[in-house]
Amino acid sequence: MVVGLLTDADADRVFQALADGTRRDILARALTHEQSVSALARQYAMSFAAVQKHVAVLERAALITKERRGREQIVHGNAETVRGAVELLDAYEQLWVQRVTQIAGLLAGEEGVER
Amino acid sequence: MTVISSETDVDNLTLVIVAEFEAGVERVWETWKDPRKLERWWGPPTFPATFTRHEFVEGGESRYYMTGPNGENPHGWWRIDVIEPPRRIAFVNGLAGDDGEPVPGVEPMPSHVTFEPAGDRTRMTAVTRFVTVEQMEQMLAMGMQEGMTQAIDQIDAVLQLVSAT
Repeated sequence: MVVGLLTDADADRVFQALADGTRRDILARALTHEQSVSALARQYAMSFAAVQKHVAVLERAALITKERRGREQIVHGNAETVRGAVELLDAYEQLWVQRVTQIAGLLAGEEGVER
Repeated sequence: MTVISSETDVDNLTLVIVAEFEAGVERVWETWKDPRKLERWWGPPTFPATFTRHEFVEGGESRYYMTGPNGENPHGWWRIDVIEPPRRIAFVNGLAGDDGEPVPGVEPMPSHVTFEPAGDRTRMTAVTRFVTVEQMEQMLAMGMQEGMTQAIDQIDAVLQLVSAT
């Protein structure tokens, strides 16, 4: 079964990419406005190469798209991929919300009998 | 409001649900212990569960199936790893085949549930950790697509938060 927009392999890449604080920060920036890799690199206390590596991980997971514009590499966030990942967890969250609601209903129904 | 909070953590593939019930700890515990009570809430409303085995002891196992609107019967199983009545349960929930037995090679999903008194109410915290995305999808495939439409509204809210930063 495919839930939402991601295949299993895609989704594993997405979750791995999101498992790092710097990459989450890069993604949040790229989702807000397109960014050049060099502008991104100035935001972090790490080498340009290190930031480029993070960008590459995000790109492989299709969380961001990179394009060359003149001498700059521009990245922008891919909201559809983010949505697919969130959708998976949210579907499971809904199941637990339903369970909790049903437990509450069960307890309320018992009240007259057991109290 | 029954659900106090629910938090999905995409980074760690965990889901944390905190709920408060208008009942003492013992009565909430009974909703897990008594299979007739358990089957009234384990499955989604459109996929009620039937427990054919429920050994509510450490090392004990359970077997259940759900019944979907089109007569489909997805099967599942539990193994209870830790049980401290009436405060704590650690168990795994896995996918079972049509024979009702665990499907080999499919990792079960661990959950850790605690129950604490909060005045005359009970606070239940359930933490579920997904081992892999594939596993999460398999569990979702067991008749749990019902919440999807609501979930989509939540995703929109999350995405709006991201774009607001």
